[in-house]
Amino acid sequence: MFNYQFDWAIVTSGKYFDWIVSGTITTIQISAVSIVLAFLLGLVVAVMRMSGFTPSRWAALVFLEFTRNTPLLVQIFFWYFGSYKILPTVVNDWLGTLNFEFAAGVIALTIYTSAFIAEDIRSGIRSIPKEQMEAARSAGFSYLRSMQYIILPQAIRIIIPPLINQFLNLTKNSSLAMTIGVAELTYQARQVESYTFKGYEAFTAATLVYLAMSLVIAIAVNFYNKYVLTPVRGR
Amino acid sequence: MIRFSGVHKWFRKLHVLNDVNLHVHQGEVVVVCGPSGSGKSTLIRTINQLEPIDRGSLIVDGMDLSDRKTDINKLRAEIGFVFQQFNLYPHLSVLKNITLAPIKVRNIPKKEAEETATSLLERVGLVEKRDAYPAQLSGGQQQRVAIARSLAMKPKIMLFDEPTSALDPEMIGEVLQVMQDLAKTGMTMVVVTHEMGFASEVAHRIAFIDNGIILEEAKPADFFKNPQHERAQQFLKQVLSPMH
Repeated sequence: MFNYQFDWAIVTSGKYFDWIVSGTITTIQISAVSIVLAFLLGLVVAVMRMSGFTPSRWAALVFLEFTRNTPLLVQIFFWYFGSYKILPTVVNDWLGTLNFEFAAGVIALTIYTSAFIAEDIRSGIRSIPKEQMEAARSAGFSYLRSMQYIILPQAIRIIIPPLINQFLNLTKNSSLAMTIGVAELTYQARQVESYTFKGYEAFTAATLVYLAMSLVIAIAVNFYNKYVLTPVRGR
Repeated sequence: MIRFSGVHKWFRKLHVLNDVNLHVHQGEVVVVCGPSGSGKSTLIRTINQLEPIDRGSLIVDGMDLSDRKTDINKLRAEIGFVFQQFNLYPHLSVLKNITLAPIKVRNIPKKEAEETATSLLERVGLVEKRDAYPAQLSGGQQQRVAIARSLAMKPKIMLFDEPTSALDPEMIGEVLQVMQDLAKTGMTMVVVTHEMGFASEVAHRIAFIDNGIILEEAKPADFFKNPQHERAQQFLKQVLSPMH
């Protein structure tokens, strides 16, 4: 009854190995670009959400509710199938030159993840006593400069653990980009399975690669936290 | 230097400042005292607009705080503010706490800012702590660093909001000494405090506030010997001999 012949050579050498490697590289690319952009966008949304200017607070709130309460897959489809109808021609042409599947994937992952990052950043910032902001403002710093020099450097240590979580989620979520034809890791594993019927080996390989990438991200950020931020002592 | 004219402020329905009129001249030390909840902290916090006023006019260093065109960051750079809870930046060393605003707000070269910081630390007797972090200092030391931090901006006015209230008794003296030395240099100071010894020795004038109203404004000698208002008499009785 159990007579399946494992054939690990399929995914450890040759053509299909190259596919898995190429998928891994694409996954790393789409994740890395999206992580950086999602962090920056998340920071902007968090600051908008906390600003004293009511319209910016409302805009941020609407953005957060929309992005957090709709499925990522729908957002990916929206940007891939729907966005070119609403975006200006110039932007569409530019996206076309880039590799449109990849670009749509990055946009969707960035926007989706930035909402969660924004809320993590906001709660980290709110955990800093408001007197720190008062001290900074009293010294003549503007709101944004106070954030930059006083609040964010203190908040970042609190924000990092949930942030790692969001980075990992993004990397794992990038597998959904296969649905719009981004040839990332899951897409390639699926291809290997289609060509060889060796689904067990193909997806075991993909699983291990995802696991390795997640561990590398977690270790890297923890390393940063421990050796770069710890010399900065808290109260 | 600071002129309150008919200033009102409400926290929702609570009338925290009620028709405040107060004039602080250049080089003058004014102590504001009163029972807790009387509005004295709110009063001092309006001077650098940590609390905006609702009505009346407040002119500080020639700038009108009710005028929306007033550059509040520019004004705040001219006013030192010392908090009850010190509020040093915990992620920065003592030296960086002091040099941050001069470098980033005043655009003073780093080296010059550090020299100023070192001489201010000498003045408050903490030069050996320049590389320490706030968490490593006692309350009294933190407050002296906080005063040095404010002075590093070369302010025209120094505001103190209950600077010794969070300190252990044996550390109060060292902070008051620094403040007294500062007053001797001719600094314009507004001090909210319960330290009546400091008030009688250092203040030029005392303003007594209760329920948001300045009930009495007098020279320390007159205020302590012959308080006019009944509330002031009660208050002095309680602060000066709390056991009876």
